[in-house]
Amino acid sequence: METDTITAISTPVGEGAISIVRLSGSAAIPVTAGVFQGKNLHDAETHTIHYGKIIDPETNEAAEEVMVTIMRGPKTFTREDVVEINCHGGMIAVNRVLEIILEQGVRIAEPGEFTKRAFLHGRIDLSQAEAVMDLIRSKTDKAMSVALKQMDGRLSQLIGRLRQQLIETVAHVEVNIDYPEYDDVEEMSHEMMRTQTQEVHAEIDHLLEVAKQGKILREGLSTAIIGRPNVGKSSLMNTLVQENKAIVTEVPGTTRDTIEEYVNVRGVPLRLVDTAGIRETEDMVEKIGVDRSRKVLEESDMILFVLNYNEELTEEDKKLFEAVRGLDYIVMVNKSDLEQKLDLTKVNQLAEGKPVITASLIKEKGIDELETAIAETFFAGDIDTGDMTYVSNIRHIQLLKQAKQSLEDAMSSLDMEMPLDIVQIDVTRTWEFLGEIIGDTASDGLIDQLFSQFCLGK
Amino acid sequence: MVYDAGRYDVIVIGAGHAGVEAGVAAAKMGAKTLMLTLNLDMVAFMPCNPSLGGPAKGIVVREVDALGGVMAKVIDKTYIQMRMLNTRKGPAVQALRAQADKPLYIKEMKHVLENQENLTLRQGMVNELIMEDGVCKGVVTETKAAYYAESVIVTTGTFMRGKVLMGDLEYESGPNNQRASIKLSENLEDLGLDLTRFKTGTPPRVNSHSIDYSKTEMQPGDEKPQCFSYETTEFITDQIPCWLTYTNEVTHQLINDNLSSSAMYSGMKRGTGPRYCPSIEDKIVRFNDKPRHQIFLEPEGRDTEEVYVQGLSTSLPEDIQHDMVKTVPGLENAEIMRGGYAIEYDAVIPTQLWPTMELKHIPGLFTAGQINGTSGYEEAAAQGIMAGINAGAKIVGKEPLILDRSQAYIGVLIDDLVTKGTKEPYRLLTSRAEYRLLLRHDNADLRLTEIGHDYGLITEERYDQFVEKQRLVEQEKKRLGKLIIKPGDAVQQMLQNANGAPLKEAVKAYDMLKRPEVTYDMLEHVIETNGDLPDIVKKQVEIQVKYEGYIKKANEQVDRMLKMESKKIPDDIDYDDIDGIAFEAKEKLKKVRPLSVGQASRISGVNPSDVSILLVYIEQGKIARVAN
Ligand SMILES: Cc1cc2nc3c(=O)[nH]c(=O)nc-3n(C[C@H](O)[C@H](O)[C@H](O)COP(=O)(O)OP(=O)(O)OC[C@H]3O[C@@H](n4cnc5c(N)ncnc54)[C@H](O)[C@@H]3O)c2cc1C
Ligand SMILES: Nc1nc2c(ncn2[C@@H]2O[C@H](COP(=O)(O)OP(=O)(O)OP(=O)(O)O)[C@@H](O)[C@H]2O)c(=O)[nH]1
Repeated sequence: METDTITAISTPVGEGAISIVRLSGSAAIPVTAGVFQGKNLHDAETHTIHYGKIIDPETNEAAEEVMVTIMRGPKTFTREDVVEINCHGGMIAVNRVLEIILEQGVRIAEPGEFTKRAFLHGRIDLSQAEAVMDLIRSKTDKAMSVALKQMDGRLSQLIGRLRQQLIETVAHVEVNIDYPEYDDVEEMSHEMMRTQTQEVHAEIDHLLEVAKQGKILREGLSTAIIGRPNVGKSSLMNTLVQENKAIVTEVPGTTRDTIEEYVNVRGVPLRLVDTAGIRETEDMVEKIGVDRSRKVLEESDMILFVLNYNEELTEEDKKLFEAVRGLDYIVMVNKSDLEQKLDLTKVNQLAEGKPVITASLIKEKGIDELETAIAETFFAGDIDTGDMTYVSNIRHIQLLKQAKQSLEDAMSSLDMEMPLDIVQIDVTRTWEFLGEIIGDTASDGLIDQLFSQFCLGK
Repeated sequence: MVYDAGRYDVIVIGAGHAGVEAGVAAAKMGAKTLMLTLNLDMVAFMPCNPSLGGPAKGIVVREVDALGGVMAKVIDKTYIQMRMLNTRKGPAVQALRAQADKPLYIKEMKHVLENQENLTLRQGMVNELIMEDGVCKGVVTETKAAYYAESVIVTTGTFMRGKVLMGDLEYESGPNNQRASIKLSENLEDLGLDLTRFKTGTPPRVNSHSIDYSKTEMQPGDEKPQCFSYETTEFITDQIPCWLTYTNEVTHQLINDNLSSSAMYSGMKRGTGPRYCPSIEDKIVRFNDKPRHQIFLEPEGRDTEEVYVQGLSTSLPEDIQHDMVKTVPGLENAEIMRGGYAIEYDAVIPTQLWPTMELKHIPGLFTAGQINGTSGYEEAAAQGIMAGINAGAKIVGKEPLILDRSQAYIGVLIDDLVTKGTKEPYRLLTSRAEYRLLLRHDNADLRLTEIGHDYGLITEERYDQFVEKQRLVEQEKKRLGKLIIKPGDAVQQMLQNANGAPLKEAVKAYDMLKRPEVTYDMLEHVIETNGDLPDIVKKQVEIQVKYEGYIKKANEQVDRMLKMESKKIPDDIDYDDIDGIAFEAKEKLKKVRPLSVGQASRISGVNPSDVSILLVYIEQGKIARVAN
């Protein structure tokens, strides 16, 4: 039967405190084992539960704490190997785990596919078959309508435009192949092809980038507060929380050391990184060095960097400046109610144009300015909340990523000077992936394009 | 009253490009075969351009050859010019094109047919099919001869109620003033076949003596000898060039002024023509911003002065054709020997066929070639050989042969026809093949010789050669995989000459060959050579190694496709019984009757959710059967 492995979030979105990412198929266990920190799951016994962390293999960092249930076929719902990853951290956590699993090449399940597999493997008996078909039909329809609703008209237009650009390129290559004797059709060159693929690649990249921002809008901008000990980091956090009425005050994890504070600052949702994290960053640079601190900080969408007005700039401060260079950060010089010892000119210089706000948390001064700076930093970027084409459907994001991968394959073939008809195979794949997003999978498009774009014949 | 004219295993109606392959294939398999055709002097006649092959089509010729067909061998003996196309592109899209000596091609083909064991060649016009209990059992000719057979293959091309059109002249005719096939077409309609009306056209031919070649560009053949058939060993070296010239504003103005007198533009409703073979009228209407169009002057043979004016296909009145030709540089004084014309004809809607080319509702009846809505000699030959093999298979008790889309362009062609049908005369294009990297000119033998041999179409001698070639390729790949190349002067020099990056550390010869700039020939200068491997083996090794990554990726896609292909749909499935499938999809499924879920998924109008439900339903049926 089917041998590929599928995955999906299997608890209804938003319901229940625990969400499950379920995998089914021959790769379910090895894939999970590969991203699991804890017991070696490869030879875990069937129907056992394991505590550990899901790590992101790209960064090697622990993403989420989870409980993993291993169930080996055939004594499972689908009769295949099944893994259930229980996440406690709400939708954000479960989405993150799903993404990591998808990155490993597991396919996202079709609507009703687990049930379908269960049926096809004889797990569900004949009398239930009708119900299964109904279920597939209704789930498919529902998923379609949800997906379509989620898809902004401008997004489908944009995808349509990218596809058109690709198909024209492909048709051009095809014409060169099928009608080599026609001299009125310019021979497509590697250079032309490169320009085309790069353009589309940039657009897809942008879409994915914006998709991330779309996610940010729903999940909050992850914000780190950093600075040397005692500069006022906790005070800043408290102030922001009190000032702005946290949207979600606490999302407690299973282990008590993660606390996330959600605040809404002038319409910008901030997810203030857990206090434990802030404590760690205290002497982070000392401990793990600039480069690695930087890596950690890159994970955040925004950084609030606190300095003390009352102290001279230290080596540690300079290192922190180094660690945040190029990232989105705001410098807050706290304790302006005390005597100035900090060289502000120097600070401005180090901040390289990023906002530097002088404030006193105790006297409640400069907080408005800080909030304005936060809002400006956010809105100045590509993020345009009011009127944004963003991709939020995970299936669409997955397809965009596949499209991007195919384009990158094409681009690397171009770099290797492979013949264009070979490069073109991956460009066509890209076109197909994009077509799946907008539900256009007809393959005759190319032939139609060929004959409307070029004058060919005997 | 009809008279009993004899009993055969297989009867082929028509000796065009489809018919000859069908007849020879069936006969080679051991079926007693009769081939009936209108005119014995016109077997495998080329009513249009004097050329075979080209992108995709050239690969089909090789495929037909690898299955044991005749087209490749005959053209190899009769070409006046041979060229390998797309040599600057990848191996997947390279293909041969031959300019044919038309009269010689006919002569040579007739010779092949006359000497084929088990094959009887006879002149005659078939008027109707003999039917018994809904099964086709033979044919009756206009001379009242009744021939009986287990299977009948109809390959009557553009003759079916053919109508020639030129200006306001129109008359019933097959191509080139041969008789049209009227009664047979009516008979097929009476038997319940759905027919459609297609059209195509051809340009004028001019006398070579009247052409001023100095105003045109010469297009010579390749110097390097090439051929289509894997069995050909002798090459024709004395080649004849073609010539290139162009239309211009004057030509276009003339055509524009006379558009309404063109048969195809006179406002009458006509059959559907192919977009890829537009007449010059079409080109000027649809692409009116083009200042000029290419015209190729192609000799029709060595011993004739007729020259085919490729690019001027037309159904304008004769007088306008004279004027039009004279506007083209080099043709100012050209004398037309035959005018161009359009032809309209009946075609069978091909979704009525099983992928074996047998009609779904008339067992024993096969159709192949242009009658199925295709266009082109190669497309015809491809269907012909498959129909011949499958008709023969019924006789000798072999499994039917269906090639899938990853095995051959032939598979792509037939799958497209029987699954999707076609709204215009269908031509093969490389872009129709999703796995074209696998469907190469160079590996047609590797893909299909085994099959041809299994069906008895390939001689033992040729098969042994093929097996030996395969062995040499594998052996050489293995050897290169073990051989280490160290960075040394010779290697670095070689790389430098090829603009490649210098070698930093020792590599396997195999990996060196993967570099885009390195060819097997170059490699041979820096490694020990392996005796005297034939060039064809070296080339094969090079391609397989160099494109290994891409080929692997394509194969992965093929595996996915084949998985769906292996899910067979039972013959007796009742689509009305399946609630979940959408109405439109049901109608399509009932019509096409796909053999597998894979095929079902390629039908336009059948959506992924329909496919899912179909899958579930089929499994349900299986369980039900076990339960009973
Ligand atoms: C005017 C014209 C222009 C064309 N232009 C192009 C082009 O630009 N490009 C292209 O690729 N292809 C073109 N073609 C098509 C190409 O010629 C055909 O695709 C190809 O020849 C089809 O092969 P076939 O075997 O199916 O039929 P044909 O080659 O037509 O052979 C049909 C055979 O059936 C026989 N026959 C017919 N009726 C009967 C009967 N009742 N009883 C017994 N025998 C019968 C005939 O004698 C003939 O031998 C053109 C054809 C024509 C006529
Ligand atoms: N004078 C003055 N004191 C402040 C101000 N903001 C914070 N403080 C004081 O500075 C001290 C440290 O504040 P915290 O907010 O705990 O600083 P922190 O950076 O979180 O310290 P660690 O958790 O030790 O890293 C506390 O005693 C605060 O009351 C300010 O604006 N002015």
